[in-house]
Amino acid sequence: MAVKKFIVGSFDDEAVLFPAVKEVRKAGYKIHDVFTPFPIHGLDKAMGLRDTSLHTAGFIYGIMGTTTALGFITWALTTDWPLNFGGKPFFSLPAWIPIMFELTVLFSAVGMVLTFCYLCQVAPFVKKDHFNLRSTDDLFIMALGCTAKSNDEEMISFLQSVGAKDVTVEHKETEWWLGRYDKETKIFEKTKTELVA
Amino acid sequence: MSIREQFTIPKNYKWWSYALIGVGLISTLLLYISHGTSADEHVRSRFWASLLQNSVFFLLVVNAAMFFICTTILAWGGWAISFRRVPEAIASAVPVIGIICGAILLAIVFGGDHAIYHWTDAEHVKHDPILNHKSVFLNKNFFLVWTVLTIFLWWVLGKKIRTLSIDTDKGVLSVAENKKFVWKNTVWAALFMVVFALTVMSTIPWLWLMSIDAHWYSTMYSWYTFASTFVSGMALIAIFVVYLKNKGYLEYTNQEHLHDLGKFMFAFSVFWTYLWFSQYMLIWYSNQPEETIYFQPRVHGVYKTIFFLNLIINFLAPLLLLMKRDAKRNYMTITLLAVLIIFGHWLDFFQMVHPGTSKNHVPAMLYDLGIGLGFVGLIMFVTGRSLAKHPMVPKYHPFFKESVIHHT
Repeated sequence: MAVKKFIVGSFDDEAVLFPAVKEVRKAGYKIHDVFTPFPIHGLDKAMGLRDTSLHTAGFIYGIMGTTTALGFITWALTTDWPLNFGGKPFFSLPAWIPIMFELTVLFSAVGMVLTFCYLCQVAPFVKKDHFNLRSTDDLFIMALGCTAKSNDEEMISFLQSVGAKDVTVEHKETEWWLGRYDKETKIFEKTKTELVA
Repeated sequence: MSIREQFTIPKNYKWWSYALIGVGLISTLLLYISHGTSADEHVRSRFWASLLQNSVFFLLVVNAAMFFICTTILAWGGWAISFRRVPEAIASAVPVIGIICGAILLAIVFGGDHAIYHWTDAEHVKHDPILNHKSVFLNKNFFLVWTVLTIFLWWVLGKKIRTLSIDTDKGVLSVAENKKFVWKNTVWAALFMVVFALTVMSTIPWLWLMSIDAHWYSTMYSWYTFASTFVSGMALIAIFVVYLKNKGYLEYTNQEHLHDLGKFMFAFSVFWTYLWFSQYMLIWYSNQPEETIYFQPRVHGVYKTIFFLNLIINFLAPLLLLMKRDAKRNYMTITLLAVLIIFGHWLDFFQMVHPGTSKNHVPAMLYDLGIGLGFVGLIMFVTGRSLAKHPMVPKYHPFFKESVIHHT
């Protein structure tokens, strides 16, 4: 668990947020994350995020499903318990393709859901600290990470200059943890949110 | 951004289209001399089968471009508007190839030979209970009426939809005019779609292709043919888009649009395989002689190589090479795979048509390739002329902005 310090700007307009993201990056500040109420096409590109590796994971799971199905049926129907179905050969590939297909889909789908949960750090009973709950409703929240070298005042005034409505300094937990918010009050003791503008 | 509105046909392009048409004509002539003039109708059928395969394939491919336009209209899809003139221009080849194809089909049916379509032999049908039973559908008169009507309807409805789009070039439309425009488009696209469902998706492949093996039937056949030609049609659109981008046209079409074209090529290759497999697996599983007869020359006979090559080119290659996002956004991979897909489905048609007339040996494919290239040249020629006639970008189309800001 690591509580870090962030400068958090709230925007109420998508059209302001986009240039703001670009300006902030151009000025060299490190964007921790941007939280929006709905997916915004192109924002990932503007933030300079790399492409997700979810597809590659999905492909690998799919291949695993195919080989599992093919391997198991081959073993079961040719070695372990050969059965004669209407005079077909024991190794009758066309009949197995639907099963191979289904297992490919099942493995890749379930695997990708779990991988997605892992990458986004969401799962049942897993909690994450949040910057501003209104990012699930009507505000776009941009969090800049502070370092030992960064100047808070400068970052605050910069965020205001690119169109942030409020700017706050917040101490937030960056990792995820198991448990409940009310039992985890101790991390909030350190948190001191101050509205600076 | 300034738009280069007027497409001028490059000299190279013209030269290539004439050269390819020349290759096609020479191949046709050579095949006519070597086979078409023979006294034996089975030898003659080699010539006609080749013309049948090529003309039907390329007619269905260019018509698939109009199907693509109509699906986007009916789904209110705006993303394709920035390159909409490309499928429109391709679809303008429907009347030209339609007339050629119709003439070939009617020549085969009414020419007096029965080697390709056995059901045209009235004497034979009398003694054949299966064909006799099917004669309500498989008879010369119905073939004539339905073929002519089909090609005519594709032509007229396609023309109407193209005219509607070209009418928007006159100037900015008001909101009320836009609404009326969208409504009119929807009505005509829906009419085209009904005709398309009654022809390409059902009766036309039965009549034109499946009746070569007149005793055999498959309920998957029309869907399978449709999938084959639709994926080739998307590949053809992609090739033209890439070509025009290379020449500096279509400024508003970018990687995002190419990505979606690539998705269509990828998805419908898989869809084609799904139908291919559904047809094959059920026949293989139930193993009834009157059904497996179709696959006998194709899977166990001389067409074995083509049959499995078909599956590799049309399924494995697009599946593995187009799966990655970057591949679908890359002009080079898209072009290569589009060419491969069109060739693959041409090969698919080859193995659909030719085993019906020549079960024991594969006909020399170079002639058929030559004739196919002739049709490619013809499509290039007609599409190029049609592109040059109208502005390249329908910039007053109500959905134009949606296409410009398109993001995948």
